[in-house]
Amino acid sequence: MTVVEDRPATADAPPPRRVNPVLALLRNSWRQLTSMRTALVLLFLLAVAAVPGSIFPQRSVNRENVTEYFTAHPKLAPQLDRFFAFDVYSSPWFAAIYLLLFTSLIGCVLPRLRDHIRALRNVPPDLPKRMDRLPQHAAQIEVPQAPADQAAAVARTLRRRWFRTRVRELPDGAWAVSAEKGYLKETGNLLFHIAMLCVLVGVGFGHWYGWHGNRLLVTGADQGFCNALTQYDDSALGPRVDPSDLPNFCLQLTDFDATYQTTGQPKSYNATVSVTEDGGPAESRSFTVNDPLRLENASVHLLGQGYAPELKYTDRYGVAQTKVVPFLPVDGMLTSEGVAQFPDVNIDPKTNSRDEKLQMGFEGVFLPTGSTDGSARSEYPDLRNPVLYLTAYRGDLGLDVGIPGSVYALDRDQIDSGELKKLGGERPYVLKQGEKLTLDDGTTLEFVGVRQFATLSIRYDPTQFMLLIATVLGLIGLMLSLSVHRRRVWFRVAPASGSGAGSSVIEAGGLPRTDYPGFADEFAALTRSLKEGTP
Amino acid sequence: MAELSNQLMAFTVLAYLAAMICYAGEYAFGKRSRIGRAATRELVGAGAPVEPVVKLAAEAPAVGRGEWAGRIAVGLNVLALVLHLATTATRGLAAERMPWGNMYEYILSAGLVGSAAWVAVLLRKPALRHLGLFVSLTLVVLLGAASLVAYTPVGPLVPALNSYWFIVHVSTIIVSSGIFLFGAVPAAMFLIKNGYDEGRRSFPYTLGKRVPDAGALERLTFRLHAFAFPLFTFGALIAGPLWAEASWGRYWGWDPKEVWAFISWIVYAAYLHARATPSVKRTVATWIALLGFVTMLMNLFGVNLFFEGLHSYANAG
Ligand code: HEM
Repeated sequence: MTVVEDRPATADAPPPRRVNPVLALLRNSWRQLTSMRTALVLLFLLAVAAVPGSIFPQRSVNRENVTEYFTAHPKLAPQLDRFFAFDVYSSPWFAAIYLLLFTSLIGCVLPRLRDHIRALRNVPPDLPKRMDRLPQHAAQIEVPQAPADQAAAVARTLRRRWFRTRVRELPDGAWAVSAEKGYLKETGNLLFHIAMLCVLVGVGFGHWYGWHGNRLLVTGADQGFCNALTQYDDSALGPRVDPSDLPNFCLQLTDFDATYQTTGQPKSYNATVSVTEDGGPAESRSFTVNDPLRLENASVHLLGQGYAPELKYTDRYGVAQTKVVPFLPVDGMLTSEGVAQFPDVNIDPKTNSRDEKLQMGFEGVFLPTGSTDGSARSEYPDLRNPVLYLTAYRGDLGLDVGIPGSVYALDRDQIDSGELKKLGGERPYVLKQGEKLTLDDGTTLEFVGVRQFATLSIRYDPTQFMLLIATVLGLIGLMLSLSVHRRRVWFRVAPASGSGAGSSVIEAGGLPRTDYPGFADEFAALTRSLKEGTP
Repeated sequence: MAELSNQLMAFTVLAYLAAMICYAGEYAFGKRSRIGRAATRELVGAGAPVEPVVKLAAEAPAVGRGEWAGRIAVGLNVLALVLHLATTATRGLAAERMPWGNMYEYILSAGLVGSAAWVAVLLRKPALRHLGLFVSLTLVVLLGAASLVAYTPVGPLVPALNSYWFIVHVSTIIVSSGIFLFGAVPAAMFLIKNGYDEGRRSFPYTLGKRVPDAGALERLTFRLHAFAFPLFTFGALIAGPLWAEASWGRYWGWDPKEVWAFISWIVYAAYLHARATPSVKRTVATWIALLGFVTMLMNLFGVNLFFEGLHSYANAG
């Protein structure tokens, strides 16, 4: 097997000199690290290390699930967190394993690359002394031509079969033909391992220099978005990216079109945006799931959609405020939950001071198609009969404390502490589009209309194209490595003794250098073709 | 059409079950008769290029009970495969798309590939017929589990699955998983036979009595895995990320399904390494291949049932 031959064994090490024990230790560790067994162990470790990432929620995948996990397991979660259970793939121990693998891979590939280049430059080796010891052997093949011509004919046959071939005259008047084939196996194998190295490097660079952000974008000119960190709902920049490096573009969702099956299953989504890049002219572009909007140094992916009711609150002093509030879908029929908060209302025009006790909050569900039986579940995802079920609260919304709260729910602590009081009875208010509800203090809330929103993921990964090339090359290498077989054959063409002067006899031997069950057949076919004189 | 597909599914499972019973019958009655191999050739009517077999057949004794069971088993197996194909095809026709949009269809298709690979191997190497018991057992369990646990009514694809890369991604993964899954059969039989040859006579090793040669099983295991590995690499690590990039914006995001595909890939790479390392025993290497099989099953069933992720085929219907 190649492995045995290609790895310089300890026996080849320089003759015993007095070596520095530190150097010896280093050299031994290096040899250990780059051995096949270590590679095997490291591969296993990598596989095992990846498992917890599927068991525990990951911050990089879904931050909310991690928060939920913390709430559900308040004791266990912080302990797990100390071991990076929620950031497995960016944890030091995961990095340690793949850096070791990376080093091992380099240490393994470099010497093999050197050996392989050497093997490619060298000619196939001479005849072995005892050809009958080879795994394949055929003796006494009688052929009509003289040795020199015959050897040339054999070489021609072999070259036609893509063997690298060398012909040499031996001192005893016989001719030797040595040939080898299947170098592409090792070439492919090296290509594969080098491609793996490139993938590891590429993933690292992509992580450093890439960035991404998520943004919920509601239709309408008043809801536009420009690419800046503060405009994202959440975002992550690579360690080498500065917020000022983000490319300059603005998006405005002009139209969102969704179609559904009669069962309510979505059929298609289509978002139309007006884009301005680098202050250029606005351009209308559409994109959809699986077909993102590709901008210069960023791509915009459509992840999901939902509805944002438009709500108009008119306060005690007759001042009206309108808000477009995205409600987050909780089921396939787009039953959506959300909250509209009006902190700056009921301001007495005389004193111009805000009374925190008079802030307003409305929490509830939005149904694109309200059900006939009055249950708070949507019956169909399209806007057939939009209904809002809202509970009204008055009091301190708790927005001024400076702790960023959810924009999709009211602050529970404020409600529990009585700072925020529920109005009306047990049952929530029901509002259809265009309807208005009047509260106990005469203030009103009107359900003005509904807009669509799209959830967008905006990303930039500088190395992903390079990664694609590397994986494709790696795959080609892998297929060569697994399908090509390396083998050597030798022919000794000697003058025939006795009767047929000018004719010769051939002795042939073959050695498969990798596990290759078909080699016997190939060898037999080769020797048969010699006997019959057909190439 | 959907109804038809469901009924065909029931018949498919029954046919595999019947084939399994006949294989088991052959196992119980038959001595290791050689004529079986030739008979198999006649029965399935393929020109297997195995000359010595015909010679051996001439010397063999008359056809026994076990032999008949074996022949019938192969016939039933082929029938089951045809039914299986029909089930999958009608399912696709009913949904007007490729039949791999949810977990039920995924298992149906992966099983079909595995089964077809088995019949193809059987035609070329009739001597391996004894493996049929284990192949049909696996298929009965897989398809049974699919119908009971994972059944999803026919429905169209959600928009995210509506892409060319999706077809390429899922079809290559189905073919490669099918072959990996089938590859576990000779792997397990090799371990059993090897243990038997080493003189072990406790339960699973006793099955090794009538099993083909250990070396041949080991080579078959390797060839199946070596064929499936690049295909899996393409499906899971090239086509999958391409689709994920277009759909979700990132080529790799450590979603549970991705995690387990990564684990399977690493484990199978370890198998290929182990097999190429002379100092690692072939039995150890084969155990690694079986570990790979376990990780594939985990991805097929476990991930869909236990974890929540973007690849939620199980509830895509
Ligand atoms: C990223 C991790 C690695 C992966 C995914 C990987 C994968 C593979 C695969 C699929 C093969 C083909 C097996 C065959 O030709 O039968 C292979 C062969 C090989 N690998 Fe790796 N490998 C990795 C790391 C390493 C490391 C660290 C070393 C060095 C210690 C190494 C040394 C070898 C050698 C010497 C072969 C040739 C075996 C032969 O065919 O004779 N690999 N590798």
